[in-house]
Amino acid sequence: MTVDRFPVGMRVLAVDDNPTCLKLLESLLRKCDYHVTTTNQAIRALELLRENKDKFDLVISDVHMPDMDGFKLLELVGLEMDLPVIMLSGNSDTKAVMKGITHGACDYLLKPVRFEELKNIWQHVIRRRKVEPKYHNNSGHGDDGENLHHGMDEAGQSAITTGPADLNGKLSKKRKDQNEEDDDEFDGNEDPSAQKKPRVVWSVDLHRKFVAAVNQLGIDKAVPKRILDLMNVERLTRENVASHLQKYRLYLKRISSVASQQANIAAALGAKDLPYLPMGSFDGLGDFHGMAGSGHLPKPTFTSFQTSGVLSRLNSPASLGLRGLSSSGLIQLSHVQNPGNSINDLGKLQRVNQHGNLIQGMPHSLKLDQFRHSNSNSCITELSSPHDDSKAFTIAQQQLTQIGGFHDSRMASGGLGNQSFDISVGVSSQLSDHGRHTDTWQSAVPLTGNSANHLPNGAPFSHDELPLDNLRDNIWSMSTLSEMNPLGVSPSGVNTSAGRDPQCQASSVGVNMGLGSGDLNENSNFSNFGSIGIGVRQNMNYVPKQKLEHHKQGFTQNPNPIFNSPLNPTLPNHAIMGSMGQNLGQNNAVSNRNMDMTFICQSNRGAPFQMQHYEPEKAATDNLMKLKEGYLFEHAKLQGGFNPTNASSFDDLMSAIIKRERDEVALLDGDIGCDAYPLGTCM
Amino acid sequence: MENTPLQRQAAYMRKCLFEQDDENPNFAEEVVTLFYKDSSKALVNTEQELEKRPLDFSMMDAYMHKFKGSTVSIGALRLKNEISLFREYCKMSNEEGCIRTFEMVKKEHAALRKKLETYFQLLRQAGPVETATRPKSDPKSSGDK
Repeated sequence: MTVDRFPVGMRVLAVDDNPTCLKLLESLLRKCDYHVTTTNQAIRALELLRENKDKFDLVISDVHMPDMDGFKLLELVGLEMDLPVIMLSGNSDTKAVMKGITHGACDYLLKPVRFEELKNIWQHVIRRRKVEPKYHNNSGHGDDGENLHHGMDEAGQSAITTGPADLNGKLSKKRKDQNEEDDDEFDGNEDPSAQKKPRVVWSVDLHRKFVAAVNQLGIDKAVPKRILDLMNVERLTRENVASHLQKYRLYLKRISSVASQQANIAAALGAKDLPYLPMGSFDGLGDFHGMAGSGHLPKPTFTSFQTSGVLSRLNSPASLGLRGLSSSGLIQLSHVQNPGNSINDLGKLQRVNQHGNLIQGMPHSLKLDQFRHSNSNSCITELSSPHDDSKAFTIAQQQLTQIGGFHDSRMASGGLGNQSFDISVGVSSQLSDHGRHTDTWQSAVPLTGNSANHLPNGAPFSHDELPLDNLRDNIWSMSTLSEMNPLGVSPSGVNTSAGRDPQCQASSVGVNMGLGSGDLNENSNFSNFGSIGIGVRQNMNYVPKQKLEHHKQGFTQNPNPIFNSPLNPTLPNHAIMGSMGQNLGQNNAVSNRNMDMTFICQSNRGAPFQMQHYEPEKAATDNLMKLKEGYLFEHAKLQGGFNPTNASSFDDLMSAIIKRERDEVALLDGDIGCDAYPLGTCM
Repeated sequence: MENTPLQRQAAYMRKCLFEQDDENPNFAEEVVTLFYKDSSKALVNTEQELEKRPLDFSMMDAYMHKFKGSTVSIGALRLKNEISLFREYCKMSNEEGCIRTFEMVKKEHAALRKKLETYFQLLRQAGPVETATRPKSDPKSSGDK
């Protein structure tokens, strides 16, 4: 491919069952000087793509096709090939567009397609390759910056670019690492595909090794270099480990926070905790959520959050903690976040340990699980006893979900599983992107399960499997895995979960959005929040009631420390928490997420802005992680009325959460009834 | 065919299709032909569905959705509106409305086809005359319609 003539010669694959439209599209694309391949069957399209991953730069697909749903194709492509996908449809309905975005589409065009619009689609390719600035800077991209920028605006993805900056940074880093070898050959604007380096797939085994190494070193002493040495895996670079570690930390954080939240919630809500757990584990968001609300929530989880902002990581740590959390688990958490809280987490984790075993039992289809496993195993065992900690439960669930198939068997919170799923979904989408490189989830990686994340090629996860935990993992994995899950899967998977309400789905979508945005779990949290908040809100109201009962059983036991409600200890949080708790049960991670979000909103004292704030970011959808972080931050903010910027608030948030945890229990009880309130205010 | 709706429609179509004419002057015509082939099938299918009882609205809606997509792609606005109307009735599962609007769709579809045919004929006639390079000039007067 001519490097400097990009976007000339960009290879596009067009898929549309309507021959008229296809012909038209083809001619328009040819006019743009692209190299076009057309097919009217999605299956054929997949074949073509699989034949040679480097054969195409971009895929344009119609939404309504007889042999396969356009969204499903979108997810699969995003997951497997990490290519930018543009959706095409005659349907301009917002929901449809939303669905496209959450599934990871780079763009959504309406028919009739205009020439001008097609002329700009190359920006999506560039954007995806953004992490490799060198390519962009090369000739031919002289005006890349402008175009890119322009494109981005057009795409409405400015959030992405501006949002999870760190995520992108991470992505870039990762990409760079991966592309190191290719850089030399890369001419600048060469085919992006040529530039791509084989992504490092964090398989279950690899992840296990990683976790073992981390545990051996101690979470706060675990530095990439040493982990790398301990793991002793070839072709694994320090950077790979570093980014993976980051994600892991977020995951742990998330887990712990979820656990605490759940514990809190559980305490407050009684059985409600269960739902909460998933949330917590979900990506820490849940935890956060719990925390926020209750404020009393066991901080430990929160602590984890703080640390790495790796929400996803949090989850894992949480799960770890659960496992047996044996202090190591907790410690990890603490390490991740703040040593202070770890203790709390540990407590929780221990409970989780029981569940952890469960997870192990689960047929772990996804690699993600791997990660999770390491974490989750411990967690799962803990989770096994749902009663134990709602948190544990969640975690276990998540882990289970990861395991795949766990989907319904998940512990207690069947819903949780679903939730995870949803979350996964969202995450997946994000992850997929992320997976691609931890880019925006756009690729709609099916989060379906965190396991998906692990799975390197987007092995079709069973959606079901992705229970909440998966979500967590997924988020985590997503980031890591780039393979991430087929988003496509998630949507359905999500639904499958315990009859989640469609709303939940919506939440998940929201979540997805946030997550999908591209950043790995960690960031997406934040972004998800935005979306989740919205979605959640709705769901929360709905679901909570019903699901809570469901989950109650699971949660009663643990007052989820996850509950860390960094959110302002003020009432609003409670309400939210209450609601959230309720919702949690129901909606799985998604709800949790939302709840958290809501929480956050609430915490802010009804400063919904935060959520909104995130929303745009969410739109950016780049980072799952971002979301998480954002979430955390939000919480922090909430407490202190901090500003929406994530960074500093996190610590504040953490402390707030810790404080809240203590009071949380009290709050929870009181607020449960408030759900109506918090949600409403939040967004 | 000076009637305004058609002109508007044709103009729109031109915008979408005819810009591609540089490479293939017949492109527009090709697309339209393809469109008609495809849409006729859809219409026939839909008609069959309409005759069945009970009416399978979702099936008809699916056909129409596809039909609408291509209609919009070629820029046939009026036709698209008719189709949208039909789909509305479909969604409401209003049998009467469906039958009624379907007739309208068919009518508009046929009318458009006629107009397009005329248009293309005219284009063909005018084309050769306009191209200076073309040695053979079309005997028919081009400005007929």
